[in-house]
Amino acid sequence: MSGWNQGKMQLSGRGVICVRGGREVFSGLDFEAVSGEAVAVVGRNGSGKTSLLRLIAGLLIPAGGTIALNGGDAELTLPEQCHYLGHRDALKPALSVAENLSFWADFLGGEHFDAAESLATVGLDHATHLPAGFLSAGQRRRLSLARLLTVRRPVWLLDEPTNALDVAGQDMFGGLMRDHLGRGGVIVAATHAPLGIDSRELRIGGMA
Amino acid sequence: MTALSALIRRDIRIALRVGGGALIGVLFFLTVVVLMPFAVGPDLALLSRLGPAILWLGALLASLLTLDRLFMADHEDGSLDLITMSRTPLELACAAKALAHWLAAGLPLIVATPVLGLLLNLDMVATGAVALTLLAGTPALTFTGMIGAALAVTLHRGGLLMAVLVLPLSIPVLIFGVAASQAVIVGPMTFGAPFSILCALSLVSLVVGPFAAAASLKHGLD
Repeated sequence: MSGWNQGKMQLSGRGVICVRGGREVFSGLDFEAVSGEAVAVVGRNGSGKTSLLRLIAGLLIPAGGTIALNGGDAELTLPEQCHYLGHRDALKPALSVAENLSFWADFLGGEHFDAAESLATVGLDHATHLPAGFLSAGQRRRLSLARLLTVRRPVWLLDEPTNALDVAGQDMFGGLMRDHLGRGGVIVAATHAPLGIDSRELRIGGMA
Repeated sequence: MTALSALIRRDIRIALRVGGGALIGVLFFLTVVVLMPFAVGPDLALLSRLGPAILWLGALLASLLTLDRLFMADHEDGSLDLITMSRTPLELACAAKALAHWLAAGLPLIVATPVLGLLLNLDMVATGAVALTLLAGTPALTFTGMIGAALAVTLHRGGLLMAVLVLPLSIPVLIFGVAASQAVIVGPMTFGAPFSILCALSLVSLVVGPFAAAASLKHGLD
């Protein structure tokens, strides 16, 4: 089992300013997460939780401040070391469960693990040949989680990860996050519901 | 390399499955060209004179029809986010997507051309010339169309905007494609000159298209 313990990683943001559509969502935000640590981003609707994750993922450009990962792979940029699990699940309804997963494994590259094993872990091994269009919302979420397991990335950016998951699914996911942290990974999750693991709370947009 | 071939294989597979876009373009091409002899009337000489232009227009409109979905589908389901974040340069990913689109939607048009040539009273040589010019020219249509498709994603407008943006870019391709075909059928020009320019247009678009599309996608991140 690979680990990232060798160099302590540190994901940090200093004075991050986020502007969307001409409106300042948040400003002067400082945050920090080290290897083995989960940060739960909380705040009311529209406070910028998703925006923060997308800033870290390089999908938004910060209007000010810096976001950096220290101790990661020096050859790679921060987004290249991140997994982003958003509201939209990046699944193609016309492709089967196995095809969806193996595409992302091949495309994302880097070190990757047995896809069938990941599907078994998330409880989808009975549906590998089913087109993803026939999956329920919870099953789609489980398939997205299988992507995080098949392709290893040290930083997980999770946006409402437990949405649509049943109780057993949430337990399973809690276990996956603990394994990831145990391997020295970093998790930043935007959430309303409790994550189900020990995490540090980062409240944004509280000053309004 | 595995990343790019995986992307190409995925896009072709989606296009060929039920509900994919590959068949729509060919069907549209068939419809336009099949209807044309009925509209023009039974003047065989006129028909063969217009033939290359009709085939080229049909192919141009058919490729426009399917191009606007090139990035839109990936944008809507979040795949584009992951593609942007990945270790594959966005320019190469764009080129791979365009190549996949051309293989799935452009090649069938060229395969259908000989059949449609019969309907337009084109002889073997003329049909061959049109098919050859389409083979050299349709990559240019796809790769310039990709720029419009990328802009349509970033500006959140599909369809019509894309047609307006892309049509001016495809006019030179149309001119030299039809000119090269006409040179074979009626002369007096040589086939070589317009055909070389057509190839040059394709080569330029192969280089410029992916960079412009990737720049547009990066600029429009949100």
